[in-house]
Amino acid sequence: MTAEAARLRIKTWICATVVVLANVFGNFFMKRGMPADLPTPLSYITALFRPWVTLGVALLILWLVSRMAMLSWADLSYVLPVTSIGYVLVALMGKVFLHEQIGVKRWSGILLVVAGVALVSAATPPQTDHGVEHGA
Amino acid sequence: MTSIYIAIIVLATTVGEVMQAMGMRRHGEIRDFRPTALGRAVATLARNRFVIASVAAMAVSFFAYMALLTVAPLSFAVPVTAVTYVLETILAKYILKERVTRLRWAGAGLVVCGVALISL
Repeated sequence: MTAEAARLRIKTWICATVVVLANVFGNFFMKRGMPADLPTPLSYITALFRPWVTLGVALLILWLVSRMAMLSWADLSYVLPVTSIGYVLVALMGKVFLHEQIGVKRWSGILLVVAGVALVSAATPPQTDHGVEHGA
Repeated sequence: MTSIYIAIIVLATTVGEVMQAMGMRRHGEIRDFRPTALGRAVATLARNRFVIASVAAMAVSFFAYMALLTVAPLSFAVPVTAVTYVLETILAKYILKERVTRLRWAGAGLVVCGVALISL
């Protein structure tokens, strides 16, 4: 069981990395490419073809697919907190690329998120009671 | 208008993500990541009722999110996601029957507080 648990943990970490990076960069590029307003239903469609938005959507599709793969073996109540490290990365990207100010309140929020992620990912297994034996 | 968008996003995301988890649970662990095996998995999933419904719900949430981004700053759009977080953890316990341990509740609580501080 320890070898199986280790295999599952490594696989979960790799997949979580893809989920988080695809989400963070997807949202960043979406925000970068979005027009100032969307007056008509058609403008939603045309907005999708702006280069940054297209790139963002492609990454968000990767996010959706990798998240689905991860949920095929990991609990939702595990995936939710662990992938929330993305909030922290978005804040850091805002600081690095958009030169936003991060005050004491934001830094303490970042610290709380990191603590929550560390707690769930290090101290609980990705999967609780359902079996892993049924194949894909 | 903003609160209507937020209500749509929260509801659609919560329903979509819980159904996504249900569909994938039903499918079972994906072990083979070679392209042909992944293609077969996608073909199977495309007939999975929960997966189809979850993609539909997440598309609704996506367009509502696009609309929200035009009227609200990103730092306001973020706390919305934290609301779905609490709802989904509760549904994970009662609908998906996951064993949400005290550590997981504590972790989820820390994340929600942290996100609130980051976004407010």
